[in-house]
Amino acid sequence: MFMGDTYMVDVHLRGVVKRFGKTIALRGIDLDINDGEFVVLLGPSGCGKTTTLRIIAGLEKPTKGKVIFGNRDVTYLPPRERNISMVFQSYAVWPHMTVYDNIAFPLKIKKVPKEEIDKRVKWAAELLQISELLNRYPHQLSGGQRQRVAVARAIVVEPQVLLMDEPLSNLDALLRVKMRSEIKKLQRRIKVTTIYVTHDQVEAMTMGDRIAVMNAGKIMQVGTPWEIYNKPANVFVAGFIGSPQMNFIDVTIEEAQDGVNLVSSDFTIKLPQEYISLLKDYVGKTMILGIRPEHMYPLGYVPANLQKKDKIKGVVDFVEALGSDTIIHLNTGSKIIVVKTSGTYRPKIGEELEIVIDLDKIHLFDKNTEKAII
Amino acid sequence: MSREVLVKKSDIVKYYLRKIIIAGLVTIAVTWVALPFIMTIIYALSDPDQYYDPHIVIPTRYTLEHIHKLIVLGAWNATINSVIVAVLTILFSFAIGLPAGYAFARYAFKGKDSLKLFIVALRMFPMMVIAVPLLVLYFKLGLADTLLGIALAHTAMALPFVILITSGIIAGVPVEYEEAGLVFGLNRIGAFFRITLPLALPGLAAAAIFTFIMSWNEVFIAAVLSFQNRTLPAFILNLIGGATDFIKFAGAFIMVIPALVFVFVAGKYLVRMWGITLK
Repeated sequence: MFMGDTYMVDVHLRGVVKRFGKTIALRGIDLDINDGEFVVLLGPSGCGKTTTLRIIAGLEKPTKGKVIFGNRDVTYLPPRERNISMVFQSYAVWPHMTVYDNIAFPLKIKKVPKEEIDKRVKWAAELLQISELLNRYPHQLSGGQRQRVAVARAIVVEPQVLLMDEPLSNLDALLRVKMRSEIKKLQRRIKVTTIYVTHDQVEAMTMGDRIAVMNAGKIMQVGTPWEIYNKPANVFVAGFIGSPQMNFIDVTIEEAQDGVNLVSSDFTIKLPQEYISLLKDYVGKTMILGIRPEHMYPLGYVPANLQKKDKIKGVVDFVEALGSDTIIHLNTGSKIIVVKTSGTYRPKIGEELEIVIDLDKIHLFDKNTEKAII
Repeated sequence: MSREVLVKKSDIVKYYLRKIIIAGLVTIAVTWVALPFIMTIIYALSDPDQYYDPHIVIPTRYTLEHIHKLIVLGAWNATINSVIVAVLTILFSFAIGLPAGYAFARYAFKGKDSLKLFIVALRMFPMMVIAVPLLVLYFKLGLADTLLGIALAHTAMALPFVILITSGIIAGVPVEYEEAGLVFGLNRIGAFFRITLPLALPGLAAAAIFTFIMSWNEVFIAAVLSFQNRTLPAFILNLIGGATDFIKFAGAFIMVIPALVFVFVAGKYLVRMWGITLK
């Protein structure tokens, strides 16, 4: 139950530019976020994701562009008039107030009646399982508990938009995994439009309805986690998502009998006939071939249903045994190709291997624009 | 199964030796600070005969006579004046210095560093040079020989210090606390008074104590700018030139006591507040 009658709101950014002195933090952000949607802003540090969030919050004013909530332009509204709430990276739980007062504070400001405040604080505390901590001060809490207080304070005001700035980055690994699913479940339950900033791709993939991948002040791609992983729009997104990172190899496109050859300095991969039409503009030119480590298989570990495949050869250069997986660094002559395979497979260093590539899963990028062609 | 445990005698000796050395050093340090206070208090209260007796170091008979004399001569009024001036100085210097310190801490603007340097540089002007022109100006403004006049002069002296200290203190309060306040319904002024100020209070209290003591001890400007309405140091300076020794000690005594009391009270509050906010 989310108490009271709340209506949610869609959020739109239109050509948002932000300059700090001479540095340009955002170079024109356009983003549409639907009612009740959980959108993750993902990117490396310094890409502008936190600045974007702060502009949505109203803590920064964009140099150019608009922020629209529903049908209202909120660009010039101060934070308190935007009906938002926020979970800060450092939690920003006020140290001079008890947990109860922290959660109740936003309601007190709004002059909500006392009994109503009490009811709502207890509701939020129960939801976040911090009911027994209400009389404590923040310095008596662990990081994880403080984080829950911050989330409780953020939802108790029944915001139209909930903003989260790397809320899990200060927690230890186990707690992070736990809170990941809890926040996601909570968001589903109260159905609040949520914008979540993180640099952790696993968080983004597991929590977001959609992900906006950012780099250098621009949005590189917006899509569902499935789209971001399977149909990366460019080299940056392809390289940023996935662990270990996608292999990138420069290849020259050559037309061959009944197919297309991707010729690299170390090996040639043959694509079937149907790729010709897609690649005809690139014949004779260099492209970037992208293959994810998990889409290559050593002999004996090849899935039976693989439709289109080709093989490359190499020598095992290094092996990372992670238990569940084995990461093989394969030297193909002038390049190291990383292959991710079952943890039961343990090749020896120096061993010669044949690796099968799933041709349905390869990506080809334009060398100049770095945009995905396949 | 128990193992035989060896205790070396030298270890024990070393342990206690270290303790004794530390205790000795602490005693020296405390004596260094406390002895002048103790002597001042003793001689301020000592019987004149015993004070002048060369065979008696620590008098056995005590009297409040010297302090009483001082009070009759106007020390009580001067004390009140001093308190008023010090409190006014704190009010003025914080009313101006706190917003300035906040701006230095929270905003980036052109010429910030040079402005800071300029504020510190203001303190380089020797008071001797300023005092006489200031007195002339004060006569024209009708501020000469008023407590307000002295308080304004003390404010000018304390202001650079207050600005720099408060900017340091406010910079120590994470800006996220304030931003959270903005997000959850406060405007900038509300966020300052309800979030930042309570968190900065211990540091600000320390700055206030410092300002108080500066004003309390300041004698030169106070003596130049006032004739009848003297603050305590100016009053005592005026009085003790030809006075007997124990009157001088009594003067020192009533100078020190209120400041000590103030520091103890404020200090206790300080420790308590720090206990809450800095944990």
